[in-house]
Amino acid sequence: MSQTTTFEQPKTGTWDGGNEPFKASYGKLMMWFFLLSDAFTFGAFLTTYGLARHRHRSFEEAQALLPEAQRLQEFEFSTQWWPIPEKVFNAFPGFHGVDWPLAFVALMTMILILSSVTMVLAVEAGHRMDKKDVQKWLLWTILFGSMFLGCQAWEWTHFIAGDETGMTLADGSKIYGANLIVNQYGPPLFADLFFFITGFHGTHVLSGVVLLILIFINTVNGVYHRRGHYEMVEKVGLYWHFVDLVWVFVFTFFYLV
Amino acid sequence: MSSTDISLHNDVHSGHDEHHDDHHDQSFIEKYIFSQDHKVIAKQFLFAGIFWAIIGGTLSSLFRMQLGFPEATFTFLEPLLGKWVEGGKLDPNFYLALVTMHGTIMVFFVLTAGLSGTFSNFLIPLQLGARDMASGFMNMLSFWFFFIASIIMFYSLFLETGPAAGGWTVYPPLSALPQAIPGSGAGMTLWLVSMAIFIVSQLLGGVNYITTVINLRTRGMSMAKMPLTIWAFFLTAVLGLLAFPVLFSAALLLIFDRSFGTSFFLSDIYVAGEALTHTGGSPILFQHLFWFLGHPEVYIVILPTFGIVSEVISTCARKPIFGYRAMIGSMLGIALLSFVVWAHHMFVSGMNPFLGSVFMFLTLIIAVPSAVKVFNWIATIWRGNINFTPAMLYSIAFVSLFISGGVTGIILGNSALDIQLHDTYFVVAHFHLVMGSAAFFGMFAGVYHWFPKMFGRMMDEKLGYVHFWITFICAYLIFMPMHYMGIAGFPRRYYTWTGFDTFSTFLDMNSFITIAAIVVFVGQFIFLFNFFYSIFRGRRATENPWKSNTLEWTTPVNPGHGNWPGPLPVVYRWPYDYSKPGAQEDFIPQNVPFSQTASSNLPHERDFE
Ligand code: HEM
Ligand SMILES: [Cu+2]
Repeated sequence: MSQTTTFEQPKTGTWDGGNEPFKASYGKLMMWFFLLSDAFTFGAFLTTYGLARHRHRSFEEAQALLPEAQRLQEFEFSTQWWPIPEKVFNAFPGFHGVDWPLAFVALMTMILILSSVTMVLAVEAGHRMDKKDVQKWLLWTILFGSMFLGCQAWEWTHFIAGDETGMTLADGSKIYGANLIVNQYGPPLFADLFFFITGFHGTHVLSGVVLLILIFINTVNGVYHRRGHYEMVEKVGLYWHFVDLVWVFVFTFFYLV
Repeated sequence: MSSTDISLHNDVHSGHDEHHDDHHDQSFIEKYIFSQDHKVIAKQFLFAGIFWAIIGGTLSSLFRMQLGFPEATFTFLEPLLGKWVEGGKLDPNFYLALVTMHGTIMVFFVLTAGLSGTFSNFLIPLQLGARDMASGFMNMLSFWFFFIASIIMFYSLFLETGPAAGGWTVYPPLSALPQAIPGSGAGMTLWLVSMAIFIVSQLLGGVNYITTVINLRTRGMSMAKMPLTIWAFFLTAVLGLLAFPVLFSAALLLIFDRSFGTSFFLSDIYVAGEALTHTGGSPILFQHLFWFLGHPEVYIVILPTFGIVSEVISTCARKPIFGYRAMIGSMLGIALLSFVVWAHHMFVSGMNPFLGSVFMFLTLIIAVPSAVKVFNWIATIWRGNINFTPAMLYSIAFVSLFISGGVTGIILGNSALDIQLHDTYFVVAHFHLVMGSAAFFGMFAGVYHWFPKMFGRMMDEKLGYVHFWITFICAYLIFMPMHYMGIAGFPRRYYTWTGFDTFSTFLDMNSFITIAAIVVFVGQFIFLFNFFYSIFRGRRATENPWKSNTLEWTTPVNPGHGNWPGPLPVVYRWPYDYSKPGAQEDFIPQNVPFSQTASSNLPHERDFE
């Protein structure tokens, strides 16, 4: 069976080998698959949230169990029921004592969505091989990303410090704010999950910002221009949109249900 | 076949001559330590896997001695194990640690990293006709992350409080409370850290395998012309990619429960009369998260060997694999189903019985694709012109073990029967046959079969036969009796059972199992000798010693960096053209065009001529 030269050609369909069936380089595919697996990590955390939420009574459910006379008219923080998010996240930096439910987190979400828009623009500029524009839009994305992190830092600080309402325990003592063990807003698990999940997401944003800074430096140095394509920007872009998307889910779980 | 690369064999050099300077002028470090060549990385995984298998086996011999000879004193172990053996008696905590580390090491470090790491790395580029993995750098990182995870896990063996001891499934609250048992202290922390790093390594490897299969197939290598090995490695990588992140989540949450006071898995616990502050969490949640990984994990262990065994059986029976598409379909089915059956491990943990019956139904369906595979293997062997190489013996034995262990799986899958059988030796027997032994046999088949391509030399067949028969006979001698004990209710994970009168009848049986276990452990040294001796002194191999069809056998005896010296091979046909009627030889490699095989072409293949 000696190998004589042959002019016979193998098949050349999309899936017949020797090409990229998804028209995507291996690097981009890898990013996609990494994100798929990361989605499962977040999925597990959000499932944990769902289960914990399910194991606790809501305020109404808890009231319904009490005799008519003992029912509370107004929502109060208590370890006996899961807090109503609007009552927990109602503060705004610089405006002490206001009750603006979810205003601040809405702002944070806006900032993150804006950063996704500027990311799209950076990728698009990369397709045009427009170094100036790539730089500009990357900078905006870094800025919005960092702003989001700043907001989150404020949100955490506020959550940890608590407000003067506090929570009255059975023995009459009061607790203010929250950490991983005690929680003024409700069952400790609520705070645990808040810190853990938003923290995990924040770590992703932080890594994203670091990646953006790295590719910004490379862009400034003309690395991608010399390479002839800005695929790296696209890959980081995929990651950035994913982190954005995850936030939408985190937001829905923590703030809306 | 051979005319293509004659010129390259003038400088036959053993890939292991460390001081040999070859034309790539890479330093020793680049070439053998921080190598980005998939073949070297595969061997690194293989050596690491062998190292871990020896450790894992040693641990099982130790706890088996305790189980088999409960009244004996093991004073001779004292110099080695120090205070773990007092007055010749194994410390109960030490026993728990042994079982835990045995399971962890075997499942994750040997049969996941060692098996996939070796064969996916070695065979994916070679059988697809690629120069290397998609990203050699990430592939290298994957090994080194595994290496760091290994160091941490190994180090934990030497802690004063011992390594993790809550079972390889590390269920909280036992694993979450350092005050519960010594093994839940620093050992457990290191276990979690090591596993987190291990998962990173798996992901790095996994995305690489998947993208390589998608993007780097050579011209003509369509998905339906891929060897079954590649399909198996591909699906294994997909399973790992989707299942391991969930274990990662569970491990992180557990780390927080242990070290930062959170209550994800803990609620209302008293330890030594003292109430803990944790409230609201659920230990069952951990079980769900763990087994969402854990069940796919057992397929991550067995799928690669499905591929290896299919390949070896077809080659050595000189027959096309029976039902190629059914083989792919059944692997897809198994991969899919493996994500929806996890709760069959939790039938008795307080789950809603209705949910239990749903999971029972889904679990029993897995028997269908599994049976398809078994029938296809048997049909492939049926009336074949069998070449009984050691690899073939291991593959046939694999089928036998897979059947024996699979049948008991169907029994366990019934939630009513599982009430009696859960946590008994019946379970131990089941998973050791179907996963432990079968996967090990598949791995041995792979090593014996691809050794010539890995090291350019042949392993000794006689020693291979001796090793095979010892291992095969002992595997059944060890695990068959365990079924009887299990049905009688003999519980697993018990350090001592002599306190229960019911079980005293099992004294002889336990001693018997232990003796068989020690024989098989010693028998593995035959393999080790054969392996290392053959690397240096084995008979020199030819390019294609088994007359096989797949592309790796078209490379030179010692493929260099880039695998093929000339252009990449091109693929025209599926990999199983063995004993094709009318052909000159009983095999037609994938890169032979139809125009050269006019005498054997089937009617529909005439069009390709
Ligand atoms: C010489 C061969 C082997 C022997 C004699 C052996 C023996 C045992 C025994 C007796 C147990 C149960 C201990 C108890 O319940 O207290 C056990 C547990 C286990 N073994 Fe093996 N084993 C062997 C090989 C393997 C292999 C190849 C694997 C790889 C999958 C494996 C994986 C496990 C696992 C996962 C457990 C459960 C650990 C736990 O429950 O914590 N074993 N083994
Ligand atoms: Cu299972």
